[in-house]
Amino acid sequence: EFRRFSLERSKPGKFEEFYGLLQHVHKIPNVDVLVGYTDIHGDLLPINNDDNYHKAVSTANPLLRIFIQRKEDADYSAFGTDTMTRKKNVLSNVLRPDNHKKKPHIVISMPQDFRPVSSIIDVDILPETHRRVRLYKYGTDKPLGFYIRDGSSVRVTPHGLEKVPGIFISRLVPGGLAQSTGLLAVNDEVLEVNGIEVSGKSLDQVTDMMIANSRNLIITVRPANQRNNVVRNSRTSGSSGQSTESSLPSSAPNILGSLLQGEEESDEEDIIIEDSGEPQQIPKAAPTSESIESLSQIELLHESTQNGFLPSSEMNLNHSAGSINMEYEVPEPGRKSLEEDGTIITL
Amino acid sequence: MRRFLRPGHDPVRERLKRDLFQFNKTVEHGFPHQPSALGYSPFLRLMAIGTRSGAIKLYGAPGVEFMGLHEENNTVMQIHFIPDQCQLVTLLDDNSLHLWSLKQHGGTSELCEEHRFTLKGPPGSPPSATQVTAVLPHSSREVLYLGTESGNIFVVELPSFRVLEDRTITPEAVLQRIPEDNCNRRSCELVEALREHPKNPDQILIGYSRGLIVLWDLQNNKATHHFLGSQQLENLYWQRDGNKFISCHYDGSYTQWPVSSDNRQSEPLENTVPYGPFPCKAISKIYWQTTKNGLPYIIFQGGMPRASYGDRHSISVIHGSQQTAFDFTSRVIDFFIIFSSDLAAEFDDPSALVVLAEEELVVIDLKSAGWPAVHPPYLASLHCSAITCSHHVSNIPLKLWERIISAGSKQNIHYSTMPWPIDGGTNIAPDPPQRDLLLTGHEDGTVRFWDASGVCLHLLYKLSTVRVFLTDADPNDNMNTLGEDEWPPLRKVGTFDPYSDDPRLGIQKIYLCKYSGYLAVAGTAGQVLVMELNDEDAEHVVDHAEADLLQDQEGYRWKGHEKLKTRDGPVRFEAGFQPFVLVQCQPPAVVTSLALHSEWKLVAFGTSHGFGLFDHQQKRLVFVKCTLHPSDQLALEGPLSRVKSLKKSLRQSFRRIRRSRVSSRKRRGGGGNASEVQEANAKFDQDTLQEMELAPVQRKIEARSAEDSFTGFVRTLYFADTFLRDSSRHCPSLWAGTNGGTVYAFCLRVPPAERRMDEPVRAEQAKEIQLMHRAPVVGILVLDGHSTPLPEPLEVAHDLSKSPDMQGSHQLLVVSEEQFKVFTLPKVSSKLKLKLTALEGCRVRKVTVANFGSCKTDDYSENDLAVLTNLGDIQIISLPFLKLQIRYPCIRKEDVSGIASCVFTKYGQGFYLISPSEFERFSLSTKWLVEPRCIVDMPEVTSNNHVHKSGTENAARIS
Repeated sequence: EFRRFSLERSKPGKFEEFYGLLQHVHKIPNVDVLVGYTDIHGDLLPINNDDNYHKAVSTANPLLRIFIQRKEDADYSAFGTDTMTRKKNVLSNVLRPDNHKKKPHIVISMPQDFRPVSSIIDVDILPETHRRVRLYKYGTDKPLGFYIRDGSSVRVTPHGLEKVPGIFISRLVPGGLAQSTGLLAVNDEVLEVNGIEVSGKSLDQVTDMMIANSRNLIITVRPANQRNNVVRNSRTSGSSGQSTESSLPSSAPNILGSLLQGEEESDEEDIIIEDSGEPQQIPKAAPTSESIESLSQIELLHESTQNGFLPSSEMNLNHSAGSINMEYEVPEPGRKSLEEDGTIITL
Repeated sequence: MRRFLRPGHDPVRERLKRDLFQFNKTVEHGFPHQPSALGYSPFLRLMAIGTRSGAIKLYGAPGVEFMGLHEENNTVMQIHFIPDQCQLVTLLDDNSLHLWSLKQHGGTSELCEEHRFTLKGPPGSPPSATQVTAVLPHSSREVLYLGTESGNIFVVELPSFRVLEDRTITPEAVLQRIPEDNCNRRSCELVEALREHPKNPDQILIGYSRGLIVLWDLQNNKATHHFLGSQQLENLYWQRDGNKFISCHYDGSYTQWPVSSDNRQSEPLENTVPYGPFPCKAISKIYWQTTKNGLPYIIFQGGMPRASYGDRHSISVIHGSQQTAFDFTSRVIDFFIIFSSDLAAEFDDPSALVVLAEEELVVIDLKSAGWPAVHPPYLASLHCSAITCSHHVSNIPLKLWERIISAGSKQNIHYSTMPWPIDGGTNIAPDPPQRDLLLTGHEDGTVRFWDASGVCLHLLYKLSTVRVFLTDADPNDNMNTLGEDEWPPLRKVGTFDPYSDDPRLGIQKIYLCKYSGYLAVAGTAGQVLVMELNDEDAEHVVDHAEADLLQDQEGYRWKGHEKLKTRDGPVRFEAGFQPFVLVQCQPPAVVTSLALHSEWKLVAFGTSHGFGLFDHQQKRLVFVKCTLHPSDQLALEGPLSRVKSLKKSLRQSFRRIRRSRVSSRKRRGGGGNASEVQEANAKFDQDTLQEMELAPVQRKIEARSAEDSFTGFVRTLYFADTFLRDSSRHCPSLWAGTNGGTVYAFCLRVPPAERRMDEPVRAEQAKEIQLMHRAPVVGILVLDGHSTPLPEPLEVAHDLSKSPDMQGSHQLLVVSEEQFKVFTLPKVSSKLKLKLTALEGCRVRKVTVANFGSCKTDDYSENDLAVLTNLGDIQIISLPFLKLQIRYPCIRKEDVSGIASCVFTKYGQGFYLISPSEFERFSLSTKWLVEPRCIVDMPEVTSNNHVHKSGTENAARIS
């Protein structure tokens, strides 16, 4: 059954209150339910704490689809595992719901705070010997946790092999973000930081660049261990000759650069506290026409994803008895102060 | 549409940039670091100073300066001007000789190196055979006599440096005419001194280290006289008439010798140990100057009693019954006497003694009673106490300028009124376009006011804050007063005094309002003094106020230094800037930022704990704000924990210095063992490489977090009259930026002038901005409706600036170490930004708004940001669009103190320390350029002041 109701975007309140509200709206005060929502990628994500609830509200454009399942017949596989597929199969950046796959689901636990922490990107434009890793830093709970050092690497040049200075990962902090991703290792050579080549830059310069980009760090490395490289059949045909590092497509940094320009904005918003004491993110003062344009774009994309996969998910949910499907609208006033426009780019 | 225009593709803008910006290092101010040699030309009236880094600098009349650098960067050991020429010869510690010339080029003179030469001995000879110890440029200007360690004296032709082998004076030739029982081959080892006869250029006096002195006839190639000294020889000096000479010795004695035509072996006339009878140190150089009244001036370096005064650096002047030993605080490098250079004159009549000490230049007036010092117009010892901060104020109003000069002149009454005696060359630089002040804060609690308008950085006035405080050393007791019968008659001269009574007195921040004459200075122990310029001496009580920056924060303990104790009761202040109020920050941590608004009569100050605002009119604290993060233990406890790391880094840097010394040290005269040295160097390089491999330098990559240390450290404070609350009413405001990337904005209510004393100033926090990247905020600026930076306080009132545009919307520029960001006001929303660190890996160290005028048209000028990065690059960034205009490499990135000391002026110039004692001046502007432009003309050689006979028959005689 569908319910539609409104929430104030600027003051979403606490998850507990919201949970109570849902139970009230659906008149199921004593039924334990699992709450989920679809994000703009169309992924079904859980709402079970304040953080992901606020995240959910902030991503509503303007509609937020909420799915409610009775806990006892919940299908855990519907949630969360999506990131895993993204990590494993990088080419499947195309959005698709993982519940298409029939696989035995192992319930480890419910992800408490669901967000990407790392990814391999740009596999289609990089040579196979390179890996471009994106680390997402949230808050301060987990350190990025790695060290870099000076070193030298051997390059293939027209004059034969040449030793050139380079920057290398020297240490991973146990339990740090870098180590937990498994994508970076000691002695990996750092080639680029957020699209900018590090050759010719000093260790201190590269350190400063990484720290300045630490909220959205994209480093391109040449892994010391080249045996784990994915053999990409699609590329072996035409461009396998490009696999030496010296022939890195020169356009790649530019592409990345242009990508980043938009992307980095998302995590760069400063916080302002007016004298009322309410912290808020500083909106962009960009011409409003532009933001409206991008806004409409999101809506369009949102529509398409709905058409693409949501029905199936709904069906899936509808199978389980007593599941409730509803949409509700977040009121408009916050519309111009669009806070996170960066995510458009990832689509 | 403008946003989409890419910079660098607009040819009009490119052309304009060429008319606006240009980078030049123009002049070095201050005292050369590690001077090692001194030379003087009485003919050109120019002085030359050589340094251990291979620089030579020539100075004449104020504004006449030349600089040259030896490629080898070796220590300059000796400097000799070629008589009556615009040329000089330098001897370096690698035994190379260099000939420099002053050449006229395009209306100005330039110093350039013409030739270089290293004396080579016969194959297989030891390096000492050619190690030059004494240089004599002959008055014929054609040859140079080079005395060596082996006792040989080589003759080389100028300017070609061709060795005239047949004219070499060997020890064997010298010993031929000397009775063997008196001396042997060893007597002629090492030539200590070579002196040409003042009247007869065919005779030279040769002094050997072991005491033998020979008068050599160049015409006949034989020794005509010999003099047997019993003591090791240090130096020689001819008396003006050529009938006598004087020798000085290692044992602290000097001896007069007669030269008569009949007696070939003379006995000394007089042998004196001036500071005997106990053992004395060597007299290393001596002058004997005749005067009309018959009493000579005997001036010598050293000779102090070894046991009690052996550590003194002294030069003694004896004139009849007068005797003074000038006592210098640093080692004496060399000295010379300025005397009558007119050869026809009968007497020397010395006028001044010029002493180059390791840390300063001291000139003594020998003509005035009491031999007072002369105030040098240049070569000021900037570091007489270590420089702790600097502040530049452009375009000083004439009134204030005159008042500062008048205050300074009252401090300089003990100086001689003698005009500067070294006055060669002509300064042809145009008069400086405006009056500029450079203020330097020092470790001893003084602030020095320098005239930085032109090429000569000249001390105008010295302000001391010490009088406000009680220190261990009472400034009233003068340590220099000595009793009448004190022996030796030491007299302290010079200003160099590196020892600070109390490091807490150190000045950290200076802010001068050039319109009102208000000055605020803040120091190491959290003291903030507000001062006013008073033309008269005055005695008054300094008001006190405390600012508890921790406010209600509980349970913190400051483990750093205590605050300074203040003097009770009225204090006497000399004319000049006199403090009237002291604000003491609690805890007494170093003041890290300071701002003064002379119109609103407010002073704002910040430390690592927070910031405060003080109303210096009502003498009332308006508010304090604690910026401390509760977990920031380091800031709480004070600098103790940092001391350890500082020590460590000091130790490391010393180790580095020592290591580089080892590698750069050259074996003296290592001609034969060059390969050995090379080998050693290679081995050393290998070792260091290995060392690097063993312990690679690592850098941790970690995002900044709110819990980092010193996030509360207040980096910048800024007053602005702008739209903080709403877009219809503007109001006074105070902005503060911290190390953790937080910007606080306070709305101020300043009562109107007529009720200024009655109503309190009120402040209310209006905004707080947390930059997401959390980098330290190094600059805050408000741009008016025309995107022009707001004028300084009182600038508009003095009709020196247009009123800011209060109609259009204001913008806020926040500069962090990593980014430049423009926000709208009053609603703070980000408008545009320029990322520096994320893209280039460099960080902002210094930033200032500078006005750049076009060199082509007078009516065009624009404001840009001048930025110095941690890599030592200077970037110019346009306002308000934040486009990089141009980038110049300026300071080596390893030169951390150079980068830290940099100050920009308001018109696109700047200063930074290249050594503890020297500022390099640079210019980014095409229009404002202060550089030496000077010319040295060959003075006419007239018949009555020069009598020359050349050593060779066919040389032209000038008579």
